[in-house]
Amino acid sequence: MQKDYFKDISEIKDLMNRSSRFISLSGLSGILAGCYALIGAAVAYLYFLPPAINIDYFSTKEIKVNYIILDLILVAAFSIVTAIILTMKKAKSNQEKIWDATTQRLLLNFLIPLAAGGIYILIQAYQNHFGLSAALMLIFYGLALVNASKFTIGNVQFLGYAEIILGLICAAFPGYGLYFWALGFGVLHIVYGTLMYRAEKKQ
Amino acid sequence: MSIIDNINKLFDHRIRLGIMSILMVNEKVNFKRLKELLEVTDGNLASHIKALEKAEYIIVEKSFIDRKPNTQYMATKLGRAEFKKHIEALENIIKKQMN
Repeated sequence: MQKDYFKDISEIKDLMNRSSRFISLSGLSGILAGCYALIGAAVAYLYFLPPAINIDYFSTKEIKVNYIILDLILVAAFSIVTAIILTMKKAKSNQEKIWDATTQRLLLNFLIPLAAGGIYILIQAYQNHFGLSAALMLIFYGLALVNASKFTIGNVQFLGYAEIILGLICAAFPGYGLYFWALGFGVLHIVYGTLMYRAEKKQ
Repeated sequence: MSIIDNINKLFDHRIRLGIMSILMVNEKVNFKRLKELLEVTDGNLASHIKALEKAEYIIVEKSFIDRKPNTQYMATKLGRAEFKKHIEALENIIKKQMN
């Protein structure tokens, strides 16, 4: 009785992955999100923020909060739209359904830490506490990635760990938030996206 | 005693093995989702589910969503243990074949 048990094992693995993890995230969307973040950071640096060394923590007049929030929203919106378009394209070529239980679970687990952090930062910002905004964004985003990583393939958790560590370091260096933010959301996304993109090409 | 002894006859079928694989990593899965993932017909899937249910490897939970019946399936403790045994047996056979 010679049966191909290899085939059994690979089929089990495939079903476990397909039924519980979303596989169509694209590395390219990470690279582009990183680029948008760098552009957004450059705009904030040039127009909305005073140079780090001259920040007066007791006066917030110079910091144009609403513009910065608009800037952030634009970066996030462009990244999300890009991710949705590229993911749909990839899901189509993988013959995967875009809106099924795995996508819903992935999104829910990603959004819970992210939304909690985002709302907290907004509440603080409107009370003129934005000293730690960049650190908090990095930390909560990192936590969201680690949480979501259980529901997708790839190694998103490592990007998450890197963002959390960067956020903690950022908290220790007040006044340099923008640089850490650009490093975390810009450079790390580009690095991680490139690694993922190359791994995809190899397959 | 050969290692074949641990091969579970009930899992020696693509669809039943598939149902169990899915239920190992998902707490609850409904009929439609199983059908989509395994790409089988209603009747075919139903008969294999029955077999697993009879062996008490899975349990069925019936409820209603908007008055439409929604049947969910879950693996039992016994089912999980048997599946693990079966996988170990498969691994042993593969190891033997490679030597």
